Amino acid sequence: MQNNKHTHRVAAAPSLQQPDHRSSEVRPASGESSDESSEFHCTLTAENLNAWYGDFHALHDITIEIPNRRVTALIGPSGCGKSTFLRWINRMNDLVPKARAAGRLELRGTDLLDRLLDVVDLRRRVGMVFQKPNPFPKSVFDNVAFGPRLHSRYSRNQLDEIVERSLRQAALWDEVKDRLGKSALQLSGGQQQRLCIARAIAVGPDVLLMDEPCSALDPKSTRRIEELIAELRKQYTILIVTHNMQQAARVSDLTGFFCEGRLVEVGLTGHIFTNPTRKETEDYISGRFG
Amino acid sequence: MNMPPESGNSRAAADRSPAVRRAKNRLFHWLSVAVACCSVGVLLTLLTVIGLRGFRHLDLGFLTSAPSRHAAEAGMGPAIWGSVWICLTCTLCALPIGVGTAIFLEEYRPVSVVGRKIFGLIQLNITNLAGVPSIVYGILGLTVFVQWFGVAGHANEPLFTIGQKWYDSFIDETGQALLVRVSGRDAPEVSVSESLEYRSESGRPATVQVTPEAEIAPVRTAIDTFAETLTDALSDVIEPGSNLSAEATAGLVIDALRTVALPTDDRPHAAMVDRWASLAMQASGQTGRDYRRAMRAVKTAVYTEMSKAALPNVLSAKAAATRTDRKAFYYVQIPFGRGVLAGGLTLMLVVLPVLIVSAQEALRGVPSSLRQGSLALGATRWQTIYRMTLPAAIPGIMTGAILSISRAIGEAAPILIIAGIVFIRFTPHHLMDEFTAMPLQIFDWAGRPQEDFHDVAAAGILVLLGVLLTFNATAVLLRHKYQRGNQ
Ligand SMILES: Nc1ncnc2c1ncn2[C@@H]1O[C@H](COP(=O)(O)OP(=O)(O)OP(=O)(O)O)[C@@H](O)[C@H]1O
Ligand SMILES: [Mg+2]
Repeated sequence: MQNNKHTHRVAAAPSLQQPDHRSSEVRPASGESSDESSEFHCTLTAENLNAWYGDFHALHDITIEIPNRRVTALIGPSGCGKSTFLRWINRMNDLVPKARAAGRLELRGTDLLDRLLDVVDLRRRVGMVFQKPNPFPKSVFDNVAFGPRLHSRYSRNQLDEIVERSLRQAALWDEVKDRLGKSALQLSGGQQQRLCIARAIAVGPDVLLMDEPCSALDPKSTRRIEELIAELRKQYTILIVTHNMQQAARVSDLTGFFCEGRLVEVGLTGHIFTNPTRKETEDYISGRFG
Repeated sequence: MNMPPESGNSRAAADRSPAVRRAKNRLFHWLSVAVACCSVGVLLTLLTVIGLRGFRHLDLGFLTSAPSRHAAEAGMGPAIWGSVWICLTCTLCALPIGVGTAIFLEEYRPVSVVGRKIFGLIQLNITNLAGVPSIVYGILGLTVFVQWFGVAGHANEPLFTIGQKWYDSFIDETGQALLVRVSGRDAPEVSVSESLEYRSESGRPATVQVTPEAEIAPVRTAIDTFAETLTDALSDVIEPGSNLSAEATAGLVIDALRTVALPTDDRPHAAMVDRWASLAMQASGQTGRDYRRAMRAVKTAVYTEMSKAALPNVLSAKAAATRTDRKAFYYVQIPFGRGVLAGGLTLMLVVLPVLIVSAQEALRGVPSSLRQGSLALGATRWQTIYRMTLPAAIPGIMTGAILSISRAIGEAAPILIIAGIVFIRFTPHHLMDEFTAMPLQIFDWAGRPQEDFHDVAAAGILVLLGVLLTFNATAVLLRHKYQRGNQ
């Protein structure tokens, strides 16, 4: 493998290269503005991000800007650092004793690598959906209400409202509305994963990280979740890791290709899949890659 | 696999012929069946022997009554209550400390290298402590809890006390101490020579004639002198270990009584007759099955003989008031002394390592995906523990706690060091009160020379086994329920 010392700017998305993109970070964050003009505002940016597990250098000079209210897919062979990247965005890597990172990783101008960062607040703004559905051994209602209850004291009515809204957004309401009090472990795998998504959006995050959310699901459930992502895209900035090329092509606006801890290429999904600039990307997408 | 017969492996392959393998399989099958039967057989034999010996003594009276010098009347009420007291103390102290330590060790693992080294050291120590013999904890408890390293004065002159309450105590007709609570040490002593209404410890209302201690003292001395003379007289008449018949013993006792001058003239006091009778029994070396019959014969004889004879009138229905140091239920002192609290805390030391390790096991059993899910929603570490990890681990923690505390109930060695073998007829009333426990009581009975007491010990073992079985069954049920609830 050749050693790419240089970082990869997004070539196919001109608006991402706007030199004044920093102005968007200075702007006060307003969760409600959804006008089309803010299409490629990027408030989540990484610049020369390096990450290590002990001596193992897991991420090399990652530079990427994640557009707001768009779906960004991360693809790449196993072990290339996609999860590591996601886990730095919501600092789940704090749980790994030897994990450390250097470089710049910012969300709305906040340095996410700051040791003193309030990770509780960060994780409230950056939700995460895991590869394996991990519903809590509680009722469906309590699962969704878990997050809101952590952050403030709601009345029962308010909670009912939040739970219903989240479940509707996650396209699960109709299936579970009659058994909100039943254990969430009784749901099917696909329902459990949608429950986890509902649980994540109940807190009201800005960014949603999904680490292979469909890898444990059948095609039908996968389809539901993809529809759901297309729906959620209007409201949340979504980062999704997937091993399924078709899925990346179907759901994402932007695609980034990771390989051996490097971000080889990032660009509009259409470009990446039809006309990749780099040979590794083409090999990987066409299935010729290890 | 078809091996060419001339290959080097052919001999090894021939060794493992199906017939040999089947034979080995059968051999080990029967070997394990035999070993299992052996252990079950030993256990059954043990239980049968104990059951047969102890069954006769096992009734409600045995569970409630106090230990006695007579095997037939002995019970383990105070021992059961003593066990309840120390186990409650132990549980209430051990659970928060043990679960807290387990949470600390499992959920707050430090990231830094030095911190991890220190944690490893703590972990190693706890695991090792689980294997320390319990008698060592007994000695530790004696130094730390009973004596407070001697820095806080002696248990009899504590540095610090709360909740002192005194009682006037009376000796009633059956020779039992009765307590009437007074509000403080400065309250006027009951010293009137009149009847006093009170409620005995069993709740039974009664009346005593109260005589001031000063008046009673000379009579007491007289009675003690009389008892001594009587003992001497008895040992003159009866050869020790002669194993006479009941009637012969009774006759000898009467003879002895006739040679002794009695202090005053009145009807004999029940407690006194008991005392004489047992003195006579001791002197005659009368033990075994005839004991109760002999005792009855002696008592009858004594009553008949003495009804005309002289006896201290003051003892007939009167009692002396003395102020005792029985404390209120919330009485606490430092140092703790050989009381319930010291015993419970010592048991806590015994169960803590096991409790911590099993609670850690339970916490580790909670899938880390739940923890991560909770943290990813913005929960703090404590919120994650309190709302996610701990509820999921509680059944496992409870199972471990019940099993380790059932071990504590059967623990004799550390309690022996803390409480010693003392003859205690009362259930404990407060955390500083003296106590005895089931294993201690059994140990005491089993160590006595009289054969009858060994049967009593067997009955005690049955009770203890029953309690332990109940505990273990609870643990099993809990685990079972948890496993079903998880599906
Ligand atoms: N906790 C850890 N400690 C040490 N090394 C780790 C740890 N987690 C991941 N790694 C290493 O970091 C590299 C990147 O891992 P990561 O999980 O980010 O890969 P991935 O791209 O998500 O792979 P996959 O597609 O299989 O999920 C791998 O080589 C992995 O072995
Ligand atoms: Mg991964």
